[in-house]
Amino acid sequence: MENQKKKVLVIGVIGADVHAVGNKILYHAFTEAGFEVVNLGVMVSQEEYIAAAIESAADAIVVSSLYGQGELDCRGMRQKCDEAGLKGIPLLVGGNIVIGKQKFEDVEKRFRDMGFDRAFPPGTAPETTIEALREILHMDGETA
Amino acid sequence: MKPVLLIDFGSTYTKLTAVDVENACLLGTASAYTTVQTDINEGLSEGLRRLEAKLGKLDFQETYACSSAAGGLRMITSGLVPELTGEAAKQASLGAGAKVIKVYAFQLTDDDLEEIAREKPDIFLLVGGTDGGNTECILHNAKMLATLEPSFPVVIAGNRTAVKECERILSNWETYICPNVMPRFGVLQTEQTQKQIREIFLNRIIKAKGLSQATALLSDIIMPTPSAVLQGVKLLADGLEGQLGIGDLIAVDVGGATTDIYSVAEGAPEHGNTVCKGLPEPYVKRTVEGDIGMRYSLQGILDAIGLEVIARRADLTPERTEELAGYLKAHTDTVPDGDAELERLDYALACGAVEEAVRRHAGTIEETYTMMGKAYVQEGKNLTKVRQLVVTGGSLIHTEKTEEIARHALYSPLQPQSLRPLQADVWVDRTYILAAMGLLSSHYPQAALTILKKELEFHGYSE
Repeated sequence: MENQKKKVLVIGVIGADVHAVGNKILYHAFTEAGFEVVNLGVMVSQEEYIAAAIESAADAIVVSSLYGQGELDCRGMRQKCDEAGLKGIPLLVGGNIVIGKQKFEDVEKRFRDMGFDRAFPPGTAPETTIEALREILHMDGETA
Repeated sequence: MKPVLLIDFGSTYTKLTAVDVENACLLGTASAYTTVQTDINEGLSEGLRRLEAKLGKLDFQETYACSSAAGGLRMITSGLVPELTGEAAKQASLGAGAKVIKVYAFQLTDDDLEEIAREKPDIFLLVGGTDGGNTECILHNAKMLATLEPSFPVVIAGNRTAVKECERILSNWETYICPNVMPRFGVLQTEQTQKQIREIFLNRIIKAKGLSQATALLSDIIMPTPSAVLQGVKLLADGLEGQLGIGDLIAVDVGGATTDIYSVAEGAPEHGNTVCKGLPEPYVKRTVEGDIGMRYSLQGILDAIGLEVIARRADLTPERTEELAGYLKAHTDTVPDGDAELERLDYALACGAVEEAVRRHAGTIEETYTMMGKAYVQEGKNLTKVRQLVVTGGSLIHTEKTEEIARHALYSPLQPQSLRPLQADVWVDRTYILAAMGLLSSHYPQAALTILKKELEFHGYSE
């Protein structure tokens, strides 16, 4: 492996959302996959993700939202990252990020328009996200 | 009898405390003006003379000292994100007994450098980045510092990936490498850094501050005064094997220029459904409010509490309050000395100082409603269950309203989000025994605790 340094992810559940189980599962899955994971837990604000990403020189931020308010909570996050000097840092989001019956393609498009690199529908397996991260972070063939 | 002498070289007074460690009792106290500008021994000799006038000649077997003379241990720190490594650096410095002049966050600028050169700190603490995290900021800041004339030691306690490089960049400087104050996100690791800071203080700064002449007399340690107080409050709260402490406590020291608050308590959340935010809190925590003080920093109290409120509490008109406040700012050595108006104003200011400083020290709680029901978000320490309150400082000692003033440290229904004690017993440290016994505790912990408890029980009147 050329680059010995592990890729660093900042993860957490955004907004007034206290769903802790999925967050723990993701923490273990990402760690197992060889990432260095900074887990902010539940009820995380945009500012907290950004502060943690700056200190830890994170390679990506993975936002979870389980309570349907994700779209509101994630608004303006890309702009704040830009402002804080985290230009171009990959932003991923997943969970039950919106409420009601909506076509996920529409939801995904809206999140992409908001500056997120990827949005994942409910029921996404951690492996899918790990795959996406490997691709985004150009880790082909590497074990994170 | 085994008499031991404890000296506190303060910025204004050199305070002496004589104890008998064999019988664990206080022999007496005395003080004299600190003479750091000329020869520190002059003030010390004068203090000793006064002490001997009270107690007769004593053959001190050991002598220990702490000092906040000549500005104390003045530190500047730089971190990356203000709430993260910036805060970690500040806490590390405060916990080492330093006076933190400035905390820089992100990259140092030319203006910052000018300020640093002007302030000439005793120690600079350079941090930033978790281990393996951001290196850019700390390296940039090291390079910026390197452009200055080397004139103070730099403690490097940032991202371990970058510290060696920082040391190389600052090769002309006196540097010390310590473990990262924030090795991982949300983890504070400050002990080593604090130990290093105290060591530098001992080896280097004592000389620079003209204290070395006095060291011939001293048996062993000399530490920054707040460091001694930290040891004192911890001893008082925790107790020792075979001797109980008084339990979780808050100590308040209202000075002329600053107000120091100490708390010894876990400060854990009360409700199960509480999410904690911010850095983990140290069990023994010290905060210093540089804008809250009875004379030099009087304006800060007015700004925080409001002129109207202070005037009402002092039973003065706002105009008269402003007038008197102006006078006190210009004549910082004023004591009320029987002047009814000034006494009432000092009372109101002291209440304000205690209230504001403890409010800033204590944590906060917020109620939020989530899809899963009510939840709480706590930031900082929950001190609602603390039941002991120790107060000191001229404005609290030289008044009959000590208890009333001290009560302003408690929970207020007007600020339900501020996690201050719901009720507390008030202890008065009239002779600055906390620092003296903190010093003594390094060698005679049992005697120090016995004396401390006895003195506070009698509100310092046991002499």
